[in-house]
Amino acid sequence: MRTLIELTHEPLNPEQITNQVRQDGNGAVVTFLGSTRDSFEGKRVLKLDYEAYEDMALKKMEEIRQEICAEFGIADLAISHRIGTVDIGQISLVVAVASPHRKEAFYACNKVVDRVKEIVPIWKKEVFEDGSRWVACEDHEFTHTEAATINTDND
Amino acid sequence: MHLVVTFFALYRERAGLRQLALELPKGGTVSELTDTIRHRFPNLAPSNVKIVVAVNSEYADPDLELQEGDEVCLIPPVSGG
Repeated sequence: MRTLIELTHEPLNPEQITNQVRQDGNGAVVTFLGSTRDSFEGKRVLKLDYEAYEDMALKKMEEIRQEICAEFGIADLAISHRIGTVDIGQISLVVAVASPHRKEAFYACNKVVDRVKEIVPIWKKEVFEDGSRWVACEDHEFTHTEAATINTDND
Repeated sequence: MHLVVTFFALYRERAGLRQLALELPKGGTVSELTDTIRHRFPNLAPSNVKIVVAVNSEYADPDLELQEGDEVCLIPPVSGG
C-alpha cells in the first residue's frame, strides 16, 4: 500500500517517499526537497513552527495530486509535508514525481510545489532571537493609524 | 443558528483563542459571519484584507449560506512548503 499524501510531525525520509513513486515503466524520477532557511531579511531564524488545518490540508493535497496527475498524464506522485517544530536545515516538504519521460516529471513537480504554497492550509512561523513572524501574512499588517484606532477602542 | 468557528495561526494568536461559539441568524452568510468576527475582534485583520473562510474543509464564497453544524474555519494567508 502506497502512502502518496502525508502530514507528519516526524522527520521526512525523502528516499522512502521517492520509492513510493518508482515503477519499472518510469524512466524519470524527480524529487523536490523544501528545507527550512536560516535567515529572513538578514535576521537569524532559529527554527520554524508549522501549523495545519489537517483535515483540509490532506484534502487539498490529494486534490493537487489528482489535478497534476491529470494535467501531465502521470500516475506516480507523492506529497509529504512536515508539521510542528522544524529545526533549521531540516526538510519540511517532499514532492516526488515519476513519469516515463523526464519533462513531465520536472514540470509536474514544479507545479505541485506552487499549488501547495497556494491552496494548502498550512502556516509557518519563523522564530527569531527577539520575536517571530507568520510567513505570508505581511498584508495583514495594520497601518499606524489603524493600530492607534484599535488601541483607542480597547481603552 | 449555533456555530463554532476555529482560528488558525496568525488569527488564533490575534484573537487569543482557538475556537469561538457564536449565534448567527438562520440563513446567515459567510460575509455576515466575517462582519460579526471583525466587530468582535477589530485587531484580527486590517479592513482592506479579506478574511478567507473554509466551510466543511472547502474554501467558501462570501455569499454562501451557513447551516447549523457547519465546520467553519478562518484561514489566514497560507505559507506551507
